[in-house]
Amino acid sequence: MAQKAIREYDAKSILAKHWDKYFPDFTYAYETVMVQNGTELKDAAQANTWLNEKTLVAKPDMLFGKRGKNGLVLFKDAKPGDVKLEKAVSWIDDKSSTPQNVYFSFDGDKPTGEPSVDKLTHFIVEPFTPHEQAEEYYVSATCVGDDDVIYMSAEGGMEVEEGWDEKVTEVIFAITDTEEQIANKIRANIPVDVADADKAKFAEFCIGFFRAYRELNFAYLEINPFVMQGNKIELLDMVAKLDDTAGFMMVEEWGDVPYPTAFGMEAKSPEEEAVELADSKTGASLKLTILKPEARIWTMVAGGGASVVYADTIADMAGIEDLANYGEYSGGPTMGETQFYAETLFDLMTREKDAQGRGKVLIIGGAIANFTDVAKTFTGIIKALDNYQDKLKEVGTKIYVRRGGPNYEKGLKDIKEAADNMGLYIEVYGPETHVTDIVRMALEK
Amino acid sequence: MERLYTKDTQAIFWNNNKTAIQRMLDYDYTIKRETPSVAAIVAPTSGNKFEKFFYGGDEVMIPLFKTTREAKAAQPQADVLLNFASFRSAYDVTMEALEVGGFSSIMITAEGIPERLARGMNQTAKEHGVTVIGPATVGGITPGAFKVANIGGTITNIVNSKLHRAGSCGLVTRSGGLFNELSNIISINADGIAEGVAIGGDRFVGSVFIDNLLRMEQNPDVKYMILLGEVGGTEEYKVIEAIKNGTITKPIIAWCIGTIAKHYDSGVQFGHAGASANSETETAEYKNNAMKEAGIHVPASFNELPGMIKKVFTEMNIAEIPEPEMNVVPTSRRSKEFICTISDDRGEEAHYCGFPISSVATPETGFTIGDVMSILWFKKRYPRWAVDFLETVLKTVADHGPAVSGAHNAKVTARAGKDVISSLIAGLLTIGPRFGGAIDGAAQHFKHADDNDMTPKEFLSHMKKSGIPIPGIGHRIKSLKNPDLRVTGLMKYAKENFPSTPLLDYARTVEDLTTSKKENLILNVDGTIGILMVDMWRALDYTDEEIDLFIEAGALNAFFILGRSIGFIGHILDEKRLAMPMYRHPMDDILYDVQRAEEL
Repeated sequence: MAQKAIREYDAKSILAKHWDKYFPDFTYAYETVMVQNGTELKDAAQANTWLNEKTLVAKPDMLFGKRGKNGLVLFKDAKPGDVKLEKAVSWIDDKSSTPQNVYFSFDGDKPTGEPSVDKLTHFIVEPFTPHEQAEEYYVSATCVGDDDVIYMSAEGGMEVEEGWDEKVTEVIFAITDTEEQIANKIRANIPVDVADADKAKFAEFCIGFFRAYRELNFAYLEINPFVMQGNKIELLDMVAKLDDTAGFMMVEEWGDVPYPTAFGMEAKSPEEEAVELADSKTGASLKLTILKPEARIWTMVAGGGASVVYADTIADMAGIEDLANYGEYSGGPTMGETQFYAETLFDLMTREKDAQGRGKVLIIGGAIANFTDVAKTFTGIIKALDNYQDKLKEVGTKIYVRRGGPNYEKGLKDIKEAADNMGLYIEVYGPETHVTDIVRMALEK
Repeated sequence: MERLYTKDTQAIFWNNNKTAIQRMLDYDYTIKRETPSVAAIVAPTSGNKFEKFFYGGDEVMIPLFKTTREAKAAQPQADVLLNFASFRSAYDVTMEALEVGGFSSIMITAEGIPERLARGMNQTAKEHGVTVIGPATVGGITPGAFKVANIGGTITNIVNSKLHRAGSCGLVTRSGGLFNELSNIISINADGIAEGVAIGGDRFVGSVFIDNLLRMEQNPDVKYMILLGEVGGTEEYKVIEAIKNGTITKPIIAWCIGTIAKHYDSGVQFGHAGASANSETETAEYKNNAMKEAGIHVPASFNELPGMIKKVFTEMNIAEIPEPEMNVVPTSRRSKEFICTISDDRGEEAHYCGFPISSVATPETGFTIGDVMSILWFKKRYPRWAVDFLETVLKTVADHGPAVSGAHNAKVTARAGKDVISSLIAGLLTIGPRFGGAIDGAAQHFKHADDNDMTPKEFLSHMKKSGIPIPGIGHRIKSLKNPDLRVTGLMKYAKENFPSTPLLDYARTVEDLTTSKKENLILNVDGTIGILMVDMWRALDYTDEEIDLFIEAGALNAFFILGRSIGFIGHILDEKRLAMPMYRHPMDDILYDVQRAEEL
């Protein structure tokens, strides 16, 4: 869909994989593991001996920040830097056993707003790196408007976040800037607070960082902080998003990188995942988000724009309590793809009856198609109706259809006849009816 | 640029998307365009030279090319590129087109081009002054002039939505499906659109709302504008800014869809990739309010948009637009099995490439048989020197006595009592690589050597390595001292009448080398004809590709076939006249060496 967040562990792994290309003058030990529980960490220690030898830092790796303020970074037992493997194992087991409260915003050290409650399932464990505060730096890059921007600071960690305007130097690059132009701009804009002796090294690191950001198709990349000790680099904390549309070019570069659901977000249902998988395999577009599975209005709308208009209208007229899903199919899906999509929806909407005893509403909507063959896609829907007719009747489904475009007359006639034969309630409308008028009709019944 | 497309606009269509191209041509036919809106198709993997499409009930051929560069060179007037490449290659296609140059706009249909690549190509296009429509779009339309691919849908829908002629509205949307829907709404509630663009659903698109609205502000056909925005992004604020600073003065009706997004956290992606609010100012509601405050006509909801359009349009009192005459695309059409591009027997009199037969047949027309050959074989009327050369070739190869295999076969067949046609065919069937075919081979190999700048020595060793005796070199008895006078005559004619003879000159240097090895390795008559044909075509400005095509098609052999048929028919008539009996070859002229067949 575009920009997708990845785990800190995967971000570090991608950088480590290409380290020598972008940072030939620096070393990075890449001592890091990701585990889901204490046992996994113990197992990991067999291959990664440093887990036994060094003191450790452990923290959740689930796409949220402010882990320190949430008390979710293990770096001390009795005193900072004394965490042994044993302690890390028990801490991880403890934190993953019960749901945790996590706050996403703070006023100073005081959390604001409601906490997100969810289980911690992924942890990243690394060696504790003793270092001076002065050795911490900040760097990040992203796209703002049409341009790329790099943000650099001589200070890392909380200081940057809380003193952004004073402490961060930003440099803007046009997408068409050359390597040389970029390097020169970065060299010319090193934050003044970086010690003179370190300026050249800092610049080289930032140049490599920004090149990695560009060439590896990151949409967002932040290291806060990184520690620079001579030519040795340690990446203490990272946040990254990838532009997943570049995935086809980055098969080698990224490896098989997962896009996890963020902490506190409901995990994708198997149905949503199935539609996502189908979407990735076709030139057409298939999208499904389940908003409220027990709600009574289900939409199967063609087109990225029309689907939004239907959702807007349902929210306006019925309120979002009644809207079960958002989704769209478009770009000329095959009959089989349409049938699969329809059956996924019908299966979901017929699992339970409406709690208030009302019938369910199925909106098969769409604007006037440019090139999608309406009759062909409707054949897929008709097959799905056929397979689910009994279940659809059980939950008292009323079907409202509105569509235009190539072959729409045949599509409307076919679906009307088929539904009538099955004894399903159906009303069909063509382009002479305003696109979202069927929502009003459905709600008036 | 005040108009995106005009009635003269022609496009190069990248990808042989037959349905979309046919829809464009149906549109062209309906609105009575003078030229088809697609001038060329780029199809990198196709071996075909053209694709047939219906134009009304008839068919037209649109040329196919392997690259945008070739297509643009052949159709330089086509200044719109319709890039229908996939998301994997759309970037490269756009960048190549920008490098080739000469395009005023490029439309890109692919959805999900990597963001960095999309940004790069959009920016490069901007620097080249090229308008990009898309990516992730169905394109745009100037009703009554030019329509991109599938926009507007079927021809029935186009006419129903009044997209066949210019109305007064300038329409800009993100979504392609809703573009169509809005066209329909505008046709019902107002008088249709003058120009419309769906800018595309991806996060990074080339031209944005403001770019298109500013152009429409300049377009005198556009009397008011409709903008259909979406949740996400800040492009609508640029429009507000342009209204505030007076750059846009025409009335605008606008609505941002996606008001529902406020009910959900940012995890729910509504609509297109570009549709996601990162801050309050990017929400649909906020933008709708801001636009309303700036004086834009904003309805209370999408459902009230039609009423709003009707109200604004009615208040503007725009004069009624006359309905133009339209062609009606026939509902049933049949593709033609055969194509003919050289002659036409429909009408009063048959034509040879546009020349009625009576205008070429009799002596006072100035046409000789060479003229007729040049127009029917090569579709051009050649200058006198070339026509004379063609005839010289025919006369030179007309016969070479009864002993050569072709003539012998013709004679044997005639003596078996067969008719002229059977006997002629029997003779013709011997023509091939060993008999007559050296003309093709000589032209091909000498041209290849010359094209690749081979020295005569390199050429000889190249041919030796390929294991092929050099076609067109060598004669049974003739030599430098005892020259073949046919060859002497051809060369003399060429030297005196051709503008230049570079390949012959090259061949003579090869001949110098071969004859230094053996006396009779001279340039023979086949070789001379093949080589001079190439020189003739080069002097007539045919490209190398066209000449290679003639050679591949066997056009050179055709001169031998035609010329020698004269001789064969002579021999056949001779046999008939002499009433010679059935021929039986004398047995003592055959070496019999027959072994008993082995049993397996």
